[in-house]
Amino acid sequence: MSEAAATGHDHPQRATAFIKDHTRAQWHDQALWFVRTKRDRAIDLVPEWQTLRETAAAIKAHTVARLPEYLEQFEANATAAGATVHWARNAEEHNRIVLQLLQKNGVKRIVKSKSMLTEECHLNPFLEKHGIEVTDTDLGERIVQFRKEPPSHIVLPAIHLKKEDVGDTFAEHIGTPKGLADPQQLTEAARLHLREKFMQAEAGISGVNFAIAESGGVVVCTNEGNADLGCSLPKLHIACMGIEKLIPRVADLGVFTRLLARSATGQPVTTYTSHFHGPQAGGELHIVMVDNGRSQIRTSDDYRRSLNCIRCGACMNTCPVYRRSGGHSYGSTVPGPIGSILSPSSDPSAHRSLPFACTLCGSCTDVCPVKIDLHHQLLTWRKDLASKGFVAWTKRASMVVASFVMARPWLFRFAGTWGKRLGRWLPRALLMKGPAAWMNPWVRSRELPPLPAESFRAMMEKRGKQ
Amino acid sequence: MSARDEILANLRKRNLEVPPLPTLDTAWLRFEKPAEQFATMCKAVGGNVIPVTDRKSAIATIAALPVLQGGNKQVCSFAPELFAGNVDPALITDPHTLEPLDVTVAEAKLGVAENGSLWFDSSFISQRTALFIAQHVVLVVSAETLVHNMHEAYARITPPRPGYGVFVAGPSKTADIEQSLVIGAHGARSANVLVVG
Repeated sequence: MSEAAATGHDHPQRATAFIKDHTRAQWHDQALWFVRTKRDRAIDLVPEWQTLRETAAAIKAHTVARLPEYLEQFEANATAAGATVHWARNAEEHNRIVLQLLQKNGVKRIVKSKSMLTEECHLNPFLEKHGIEVTDTDLGERIVQFRKEPPSHIVLPAIHLKKEDVGDTFAEHIGTPKGLADPQQLTEAARLHLREKFMQAEAGISGVNFAIAESGGVVVCTNEGNADLGCSLPKLHIACMGIEKLIPRVADLGVFTRLLARSATGQPVTTYTSHFHGPQAGGELHIVMVDNGRSQIRTSDDYRRSLNCIRCGACMNTCPVYRRSGGHSYGSTVPGPIGSILSPSSDPSAHRSLPFACTLCGSCTDVCPVKIDLHHQLLTWRKDLASKGFVAWTKRASMVVASFVMARPWLFRFAGTWGKRLGRWLPRALLMKGPAAWMNPWVRSRELPPLPAESFRAMMEKRGKQ
Repeated sequence: MSARDEILANLRKRNLEVPPLPTLDTAWLRFEKPAEQFATMCKAVGGNVIPVTDRKSAIATIAALPVLQGGNKQVCSFAPELFAGNVDPALITDPHTLEPLDVTVAEAKLGVAENGSLWFDSSFISQRTALFIAQHVVLVVSAETLVHNMHEAYARITPPRPGYGVFVAGPSKTADIEQSLVIGAHGARSANVLVVG
């Protein structure tokens, strides 16, 4: 059972907690919007942006359709280059494979660069339970690891924190002076702390941005250089990937490297785009390919395109709900629009509130570099959740009443006439507070619009007589 | 059934219509002056661009770089004809010993105008760790190797198999604390980029 189901929390409840601190919520909104505007400036310099998106979506659609063949081709070529390929049906198998590799090599300390897959599989707590020290080396990931929090964003894991929070965390864990809140100095302190960890690590774990079928290589993109240090110093490199990371050709990287960083942070490219084919001399490279529900998503005509996702985070940065409610309110590894599609696929009951954390504005669909029809899929999820009975009875009941009324013009007219009258006559408290607010959360922070003197129907009828 | 066979069998249960794989032979973005574009983008990603006319002046320019001044600097050079380092990468067996490196000097195979990145791979960089562990990097690229975009770049390079290859764009950086850009996360704190010719 997921965290969300276990605690009985859902998105609106968690979001309520987040927006209690109004100033902070507003700051969060602006911070993410700033990233979105950086993205806009970057893509304005690429006149063929739309062609790139279409090409990327077409490559992904082709690859997903031929996925079993490409996986086999990748396995053969990766093996030929000297890597060892492992397959895992689910998170448990993935974690067990990684643990066995580490135990076989007598590894006690590992460094890990950012990998949403290992977050999804909850690898860290599993390895720690078995006595292995895991150090997340991406600065944002290290910050949230110290705080025992999940990342709140897939590209910017600590975007929910202010520099003073980071200062407090570092003061507690790596001995920076209390009150230090300068990003430059905090980053320097983390650099020194993590250098030590890099030097001590006996293995490096990385994620995978792209896996190339024709060459058997994996590509990892970072800005900090942590994946490169972590997977070059120790002899053992374990790369963990979902099976949807495949692309057919080396040349396809030309398309995806142009889209990824621009969409994610507005950079023209990540600082380091590293291509690993086989292990370094005298070392080992293990690649763990994980299904964990992906083959199931592939069977669905409605949700298949969500497998195009390259985890750039652009849909989060632009999402009015994500920006105002924070990543943690989603209660899932991947938050925001794409997370609200992927999470219910694995556990619809636990994540039932997520497809409703959406205004259907479509901004996510507009910015998605691989053309996932995000807001359409979110709407489809609502339908699916309703048919599975995962929608609150208040919502279901009001839908039943509404369709009953709307199917009967006389009743609709009657309800309109009396609704207008009652709306004016009844005390505000009865309409906006108590049971009304409980039934209809919209009125909790919104005023009712002024009720018109006459209905649209009445106006039309009058006009017809003239 | 093994996990491998089960995953593949699961995927094969649903045969999907296969749309064609795009050819990528589009007329992609090109620049009137690729060298100028490269310099602009290299600066944008935090690099310090230094144009030099030829390799002879590259030698003099590198020798005068502030990051290489002062005694006792540990320098690993993959381009000994441009700057002779005092840490020979060919003699390194354990990359951990590179930790005290002050500077790494390396010449790229090519540079990309659209994003200011440079390609290095294990066919000419024998110790990849040196590119990331040094406090500073001095990177050299010949102007005639500049390509317009990433598509051209991938057409020109072949990532070595087995081996390692990397596009490097400027110094190491992070904006993980309040979106404030900080140069020098785990890798190089600065990147001097010499464009020759």
